[in-house]
This record gives sequence, structure tokens and C-alpha cells, in this order.
Amino acid sequence: MKNESAIYEEHLEYARDLVKQLEAGDRESADKVLCKLTKLHESGMYHEMGKLTRELHDTLSNFQFDSKVIDFAEHEIPDAKDRLNYIIALTEQAANKTLTAVEETIPICEGLGKKANGINDEWKRFMSKDLSAGEFRSLAREIGVYLENIASESSRIKANLNDVLIAQDFQDLTGQSIRRVILLVHDIEEMLINFIRITGRKSEPDTSAPRRNKSKLEGPQIPGKESADVMSCQDDVDDLLSSLGF
Amino acid sequence: MDKSMKVLIVDDFSTMRRIIKNLLRDLGFNNTVEADDGNTALPILKTGSIDFLITDWNMPGMQGIDLLKTVRADPELATLPVLMVTAESKREQIVEAAQAGVNGYIVKPFNATTLKEKIEKIFERIEA
Repeated sequence: MKNESAIYEEHLEYARDLVKQLEAGDRESADKVLCKLTKLHESGMYHEMGKLTRELHDTLSNFQFDSKVIDFAEHEIPDAKDRLNYIIALTEQAANKTLTAVEETIPICEGLGKKANGINDEWKRFMSKDLSAGEFRSLAREIGVYLENIASESSRIKANLNDVLIAQDFQDLTGQSIRRVILLVHDIEEMLINFIRITGRKSEPDTSAPRRNKSKLEGPQIPGKESADVMSCQDDVDDLLSSLGF
Repeated sequence: MDKSMKVLIVDDFSTMRRIIKNLLRDLGFNNTVEADDGNTALPILKTGSIDFLITDWNMPGMQGIDLLKTVRADPELATLPVLMVTAESKREQIVEAAQAGVNGYIVKPFNATTLKEKIEKIFERIEA
């Protein structure tokens, strides 16, 4: 490819020639020179376009085979979708466990309250000396039964409340998964910004930041999608530990 | 096993710390303190007042495994009983924790019975 000053000289020569032909009144020759000038100009332009196209093609090819992109498409994004679905499942489970405990406990409390009111009415009659001996014996028995009832029902209520307590563990488990998805979204965002930067300029070296050091921790396993080598329940963990002598 | 022992609960999710605290209270352990990371846990441990450490693994500042290793490396803390309660369930993780000297390992989600059994087992062994 000719250098700039040579091109300039060629343009100047043709321009002088054009003026000469025009002044001499030779339209045909003048047209021929004009054609040559145009071709000179266009070839420069085509050359520039060709160069740009090649660069863009190279950049896109490199981009496509960037392992980051493949990793995102084949592993990270499907994993993120699975995690989000898992979060829906976990939160639903927790909500249901809690609702069940609540639905069981409310009637228990209502029952205890109602019974207490009944006994209270009788007791008031007793206190205003309005109860016969027979009625009092009956009341005494009722109170005895009721006191035992309270004790056992209290245990049930407590057990249900404990279920509600444990059910709140979803927040920790889903929170860990959500954090990972946020990291992924952030990585994709960075990648896209880079892409825009690279294709927005003619030839820019890839200055993207080094790949974030991926933590080898995985957090809660998604059921059905567990990695190999995962202990799926406490019993497995216990077995592994005892096999190691712990 | 003295239930008045001071227990330090370490987890970056406050809901999890709260759950464990309540479960411990139910088991008779009323003397608990909390920390949200290995880094914030260390100064508390160094005061020497903690008798039992329950920690998560995955925490942003200092992870549970590193906290465990730091504890075992410190002559003042080396014999402190440590129980890990974590969602990390990969074989290599469990092995690493065991080799680093953890006394018990519970995977999330867990239930109250598991917590009770593991704690009892830890102290049974220590007292044996």
C-alpha cells in the first residue's frame, strides 16, 4: 500500500492533469482523468473498510471463543436459573410448614380459652356460693382434667412454634444462593460493558479485568442437581466422618 | 457437660444465629453470644471466656474453616470444642474440616434433634 505522501502526489498529479485537459477543452480526456481520480479515492475508502471489517471479524471471533462466554452460557446461567427455582421451592416449603403449624396451633389456643371460660363461669358461681356440693365435685373434676390438658396442649403448642422457628432457615439458605446469582449478574454486566467498549472502537486491546477468582465453595446444593461428591444428608456426613476415624 | 457454658454462635445470616440461639435455649444453654464473621469472632474468642464455638463455613470476611484453623493454631484456644453448622456438603469440605480438627459437622437444613445429638456427642468424647 502506498504511503500517504505518495498518494497525495498522485492526487495532485491527476488534479493538474484534469485542469490541463479542462483548460484545453478536451472533455473526453478530462472525464478519463476524473474517473481515475474517483477510483483512487474509492480504493482508499474500500481499503479502509476492508481493514475495519477484518478487525471486527477478528474481535468477534475472539469474543465468541472466549471461555468466559461459553462458561456463562453452558454452566453459570443454567445454574443461576436452577438456583432461583430452588429458592422458590424453599420459600414455598417454609411458608407451608409455618402455615401448618399455625393452623394446628390456633384451634388449640381457642379450645383452651373456651374451656377456661366455661370453668370460670362455674367458678364464679362457686365463689358466690351458688354451687351445690354435687356441682362443686363435678367442677373440681373438670378443673383437674383441664389442668392436665393445659400441660399437654402447651407441649403441642411449643412443638409447633419450634417447627416455625426451624422453618425460618430458608432465609439463610436462599440468601446464600441469591448472593451467588448477584455475583453472576455482575460478571455478565462487566462482560457486556467490555463487549460494548471493544466493538465501539476500531482496534482496542482487550483490557477486561482478570477473571474473578471463583470461590470453590458451593453453598446449599440444589436437590436433583447436586455435584458429584456431595453428602446429601446428615447421615452421609456422619458416615463419612466415622469412616475417617472422627 | 455444663449447660451454663458460654457458647459463641458465628454466622453471617442473623436469622440463622437466631434459630441456633433459640434451639440452644431449648436445650438448656442460655449463655450465648453471637458474631457475624470469623473476623469479629476472633477478638471474642481471644478473651478466653468462650467454652464452645458453633460456626458457619461460608462467610464474607474470614471463613469458618479459617477460623477453625486459627483457633487450633492458637495455644490458648487449641482445645476449644468446635461445631460447624453449614450448607457446605461436599466430601472434600468435610474432610478438610475434620482434618483441621472440627469436633462436629452439621449440614443445613438441620433439625433440633440433630443439634442436640451432635452437641451431646462432642462433650461425651471430650469428657471421656
